[in-house]
Amino acid sequence: MKNLLHCERFKKLRSLHFVIAILFIATLYVTLCNLFFAQGTLLHVSDYTVSLLGKYLCYALLALAVDLVWGYCGILSLGHGAFFALGGYAMGMYLMRQIGDRGVYGNPELPDFMVFLNWSELPWYWAGSDNVMLMILLVFAGPGLLAYIFGSMAFRSRVSGVYLSIMTQAMTYALLLSFFRNEMGFGGNNGLTDFKEIFGFSLQSPETKLALFIATAVALAFGYAVSHFIVNSKMGRVVTAIRDAEDRVRFVGYKPEHYKVWIFVVSAMLAGLAGALYVPQVGIINPGEFSPLNSIEMVIWVAIGGRGTLYGAIIGAVVVSYAKTRFTAIMPEAWLFALGGLFVLVTLLLPKGLAGLLASLMDKLSPPAPENRSPTPAVTSTPAAESK
Amino acid sequence: MLQILMLRIFPLLFLSLLSLHTFAASSDATTVERDTTFAALIAQLPTTKLSKMAPLVDEIAAQSAPQVPELLQHLMAGELYYLKATKQLVYAQQNQQQSYDLTAVLNGGELAPVTIYALKKIRTNNRIRGQIRELLANIDLSDKSASVRMQAVKQLLDNPNKTGIASVTRLIKKEQQGDIRELMSVVLLIEQLANGALAEKIAAISQLTGRLEPAVKNALVKEINKLSAQQENSELYKALNNAIGKMEQDGDFYQLLEHLFFGLSLGSVLLLAAIGLTITFGVMGVINMAHGEMMMLGAYTTYVIQQSFPSLIEYSLLMAVPAAFVVSGLVGILIERGVIRFLKGRPLETLLATFGISLILQQLVRTIFSPLNRQVEAPQWMSGSLEINPLFSLTYNRLYIILFALMVFFSLLLILKKSSLGLHVRAVSQNRDMARALSIKSAWVDAITFGLGSGIAGIAGVALSQLTNVGPNLGQAYIIDSFLVVVFGGVGNLWGTLVAAMTLGTFNKFLEPWMGPVLANIIVLVGLVLFIQKRPKGLFPQKGRSVE
Repeated sequence: MKNLLHCERFKKLRSLHFVIAILFIATLYVTLCNLFFAQGTLLHVSDYTVSLLGKYLCYALLALAVDLVWGYCGILSLGHGAFFALGGYAMGMYLMRQIGDRGVYGNPELPDFMVFLNWSELPWYWAGSDNVMLMILLVFAGPGLLAYIFGSMAFRSRVSGVYLSIMTQAMTYALLLSFFRNEMGFGGNNGLTDFKEIFGFSLQSPETKLALFIATAVALAFGYAVSHFIVNSKMGRVVTAIRDAEDRVRFVGYKPEHYKVWIFVVSAMLAGLAGALYVPQVGIINPGEFSPLNSIEMVIWVAIGGRGTLYGAIIGAVVVSYAKTRFTAIMPEAWLFALGGLFVLVTLLLPKGLAGLLASLMDKLSPPAPENRSPTPAVTSTPAAESK
Repeated sequence: MLQILMLRIFPLLFLSLLSLHTFAASSDATTVERDTTFAALIAQLPTTKLSKMAPLVDEIAAQSAPQVPELLQHLMAGELYYLKATKQLVYAQQNQQQSYDLTAVLNGGELAPVTIYALKKIRTNNRIRGQIRELLANIDLSDKSASVRMQAVKQLLDNPNKTGIASVTRLIKKEQQGDIRELMSVVLLIEQLANGALAEKIAAISQLTGRLEPAVKNALVKEINKLSAQQENSELYKALNNAIGKMEQDGDFYQLLEHLFFGLSLGSVLLLAAIGLTITFGVMGVINMAHGEMMMLGAYTTYVIQQSFPSLIEYSLLMAVPAAFVVSGLVGILIERGVIRFLKGRPLETLLATFGISLILQQLVRTIFSPLNRQVEAPQWMSGSLEINPLFSLTYNRLYIILFALMVFFSLLLILKKSSLGLHVRAVSQNRDMARALSIKSAWVDAITFGLGSGIAGIAGVALSQLTNVGPNLGQAYIIDSFLVVVFGGVGNLWGTLVAAMTLGTFNKFLEPWMGPVLANIIVLVGLVLFIQKRPKGLFPQKGRSVE
């Protein structure tokens, strides 16, 4: 038995190493090809591709965050876009202040849209937004705080399942409406844009783009490692148990709501980090990121990749985003057909997603070794408790 | 060449016709006299200078000839011309061939078209046009039709003028219609208030107190502003202040009623959007994210019906209701049979799959009907409003929406509570296995229930097509709201949905004037989220023995 447990832990550690290694190799490859092969040669990776890949990696980190709460804790959040966008707005505020007097109105203190609205000074919540440390703090604290307040209220009153999903959707919808208002002081409809530089480096230069890509890859690796340790820790096991049978966990003497709030906050912070890395790479953040549709798309990445596996979320996000880029370029009409069809087919035919497909293929290929096989890990089994 | 010839000949012909006509029509001497003075007066029009025009127009308006209103209207619109050759007055309207169609002023006979060079316009200016407008209104005051008279008095109330007031003073005794006479007396009282002696003013105020017309309030406020600070204790000031206070009270009351009405109509829209969901989500427990798209299909069905029967716009909505029910219902049954039944007991997966379906339906509509919004026309009977008093009127489209929503609600209630289908639906939703044991075909019931819910969403779409733009995103705008309404009311409870929808609608409309529509929406959303935290089962939780 002990041997079995050891083996399982070893296998899991191996998957962590494997994912990080692949990520490292991919990043290294892209970096080298971008820097050392001239434009036009076969192996060259263009700057456009680099920032595109950077964007995908942000999505992957976001998907990881969704998988953490949905795959492991059974909380289907349809409002993770809100945490992503809040992280993005925190970064956007900092970038906005970095523009300085190079804006259209040349005001050294106020961003353009505030000058346009005839505001004479920064609102109080913009205080210190030009400070890097404060910005980094806000990237985590903003989404974290929202998740804490929302989560502790919702989980304490035992709102769960579908109700919770609809509440999270209402939350992001309310934020969408609020950020559309000019009075909020976040640029209203247009959002924050027209950024010039980050930490003193021009956002237009290829080197900065590459650096941002590498930073995103590092953040993804960090996020993956954190999630991995969380789900494999003792706490993570309680969280998984909550997903499978919340009432039993409560009867045993744990307080499920504490664990749920905790994992919800961690997930929101990861989503915020993803948003913060996303904004400098795409150059804009606007209230559209809060739209409920975006949040649902994130859930789709995880569903398609395979939930409850962590690496499945990464695969799903990258594959779906890549398909979206290709499809919208070739036949924009067909994209929604394809995406919609994908949802239906995946939920009907592939409940474990691409990761499940991959695992079953691996099982078929590898020779059967029943004495060394670990019991089916709880994380990949379809939770029966969700059906309530 | 031909044209010139005609120009020469036609006036001759016309003159002879005219004389024939006048003789034929003149059965008595007064008519003859009337027509000749009118003809003589208008004959002066081409030669009168602009500065001398005003008295002439007055004189013409004072005539009792039947052509007067028409003449004045054309003069105001700049369509009154005379032929250079004969000085004959005509109404001219440009036609497609760059020439002008002519109608004779005196007898309405058609003349041959001419080019602009043969015509000269009777010129007017802004002052004269204003004068004509007043004169026309006063002519309307003695019109045969009561509604025209009413309109004219209302117009006079808003823009009082000397001639109008003079005519009202003259006509008030002859007026048969009670409500018109009442309004006329209000006009006179306002005049008395503005220009009368002190005692007359106070008498007018006491009679005007309790009237609701905005013009009365304006007159009172104007009067109180005329008073200086020393007169604040005078009897007049007190009377004015009293009357204005009373009017403001009335105004506030009707404002409240109006908000309530708007709130109820918004609530009815929410009710329509949510009521299908009460069945699919509330009774069956299926999270149908494609619910909004069922409404969209209903709205597009209305559009298609209007396009296929362009001559029957008035009845298109009535035809669209059953058609939309069938279309959306069939699509719903298709979805249930094709996807949802395989996902029984997995609500989160159902959510994702139906969301995929909603994307497909949206794109389908976008491909067939283009991504642009489509115009669905409102039939005549939907426009206009039911005026209860000058401060409070109910627009017909909102009124019909409220009635329609209630009708749909009660028919659904009837189906669920009284029909055998409803019995089966409730049985299956309460205890599937037991229902099956009693030989209820649960699979069939599921399909029909889902079809019913979707069909009702389609009916809601017909109503929505009258309120918002019909486009591929129509459904998305309502899906969150409808889920919230169902959850707020308590899942599976039809009455709860009714109460929830009306409460939310009214709340929203009462908050709106203070903080604008967007903020009101946000406050309602946040309030709902907080409410659900406190009472996760909604307003009216379903009591049952089902165990989590």
